[in-house]
Parts: sequence; structure tokens; C-alpha cells
Amino acid sequence: MMEDNVTYRRDPARSPVETERTRNRRVYVPKADIIETGNSMVLYADMPGADEKSVDVTIEKNILTISAMVTPREAEGRSMFYAEYDIGDYERAFTISDEVDRDRIDAVVKNGVLKLTLHKMPQAEARKITVRTE
Amino acid sequence: MFGPVLWRFGGARDPLREIQRLQREMNQIFSGLDQPLSQEVPPVNAWVGEGDVIVTAELPGMDTGNTDISVVGDTLTISGSRKAEALKEGESYHRQERSHGQFKRTLQLPFRVEADKVEATYEKGILRLTLPRAEADKPRKISVRSE
Repeated sequence: MMEDNVTYRRDPARSPVETERTRNRRVYVPKADIIETGNSMVLYADMPGADEKSVDVTIEKNILTISAMVTPREAEGRSMFYAEYDIGDYERAFTISDEVDRDRIDAVVKNGVLKLTLHKMPQAEARKITVRTE
Repeated sequence: MFGPVLWRFGGARDPLREIQRLQREMNQIFSGLDQPLSQEVPPVNAWVGEGDVIVTAELPGMDTGNTDISVVGDTLTISGSRKAEALKEGESYHRQERSHGQFKRTLQLPFRVEADKVEATYEKGILRLTLPRAEADKPRKISVRSE
């Protein structure tokens, strides 16, 4: 037996259409530190529960996206009686400048912290335009 | 945002603490990421079974040598620290959102635990403690005899 109001209820699409994830999970923004050094930028992101297999780092044009899928570890035969944090995936995107060398990005995950080293292009450091008078 | 908070240790006993917690959570929702971490660190989850209780805590990037776990009766204390990344000369922060410094959390467990048999693992930034229930504290089955 179907109820009419359930069968015919449709959700209007947002315009422009919003992309959705296929996994129906919560997504959290990882907290991050970004440190600028002389010839590189170092990004640290807290992603507890993520490991080197589940973390993804992608660069498209000038958008650097970090994401991680987290598989919750259940406690079999026990029931949750107290909860302060929820488990979900992580995703965050940053715009990066042209001086970051796209081919030289090091990513390391240790103890739930992602460390990304973004090297700057050597040319970018020296590129300076001298202004002349005519 | 709110998460599946079922209840808190000792929360029902102290309404002022509950109001403060609510205020903290509201602040967190509206403050965004730039605010210093105001919630209690580290956040913990706990599961209870018949013979033990499992406590997990999110502690990314923790130095295991710096962490102290102690159990007295039914009280669990987790303390330690996390260092901020040391800046060398010429380096500067673009943003600094991750928390660092000392933390200490004390939790009251639902029963007394066997302090010698507590197991602790640290994996992927999550500390997981398995605390077996103390023998003396286990519920006793009393068999009824007929005479």
C-alpha cells in the first residue's frame, strides 16, 4: 500500500545543480596549518581515522583538494553509551598560486595527520620584471 | 554538528556545566574554523559491553611517548600534549587552526575496571582503550535452589 503524498513527493533540484557524493556520509572540514617556508609551502591537516590508502590529494588548475574516506571501526558486541565526536569523511579545497610546482608535491600521512609539501617553482622565485622608463 | 550525544558523565548533576557546554557548542557552530578549539580535547566516544568498556579518543599527530593514561577505580585520565610545528627562521604561518598544547581529560566509567589489564592502541590518530571490568565489580548471578 502506497501513500499518495509519499509517492508523488519530489524534491526540486537546486539551480545550478549541486553535486553530491555517492556515499551518504557526513563530510568534515579538516583543520589545517599552512606554513610558508623559503622555497615551499607545508600543509598539515588533522584527519584522525584516515591513513595513506584513504587519503586523496588532487590538483586541478589552481584548486588543491584533499579528501579522505574513513571507515569507522565498530566495537562488536558493545553498545555506544557516550559520544562526543562523529565519524565521517574529510574534504577541503584550497586555491594555490601558480608558483607551486604541480609535479613536486609530497604527501605523507602519519598518525592521522596529512603533511603536504608544495614546492615552489625555481623560476618563480627569480622572476622579476624590471620597470624601465622610456 | 551536535552529534549523537546521548548523555555526558556527571552532566545531569550539574546544570550549569550543561548550559556552559551548550553555549560552547553554539559558539562552535557560529564561529567557524578560525576560532581556537573550544571543545574539550580530546573528544571521546565510548562503548560498553558486558565485560568491558571501549574508549576511543581523536588525537591526531600525538606523540605516544608524551601521553599518559591512568586508571583509578572507575576513573580514567588521559593526558598529554601536542607540539605546534616549530618554525624556522624565515617561515611563517598562513593559517593555524590545529590545536596544540597540553590536554587532560578525566572520564568516569560506568564501572570499576581492572587497571592492570587495560589495553591501549594508537592507530591513524585514534587512541583506543579497552578497559575490562573488574572481577569484583561484575554482576553476580545467584542461582536459586529449591529445597
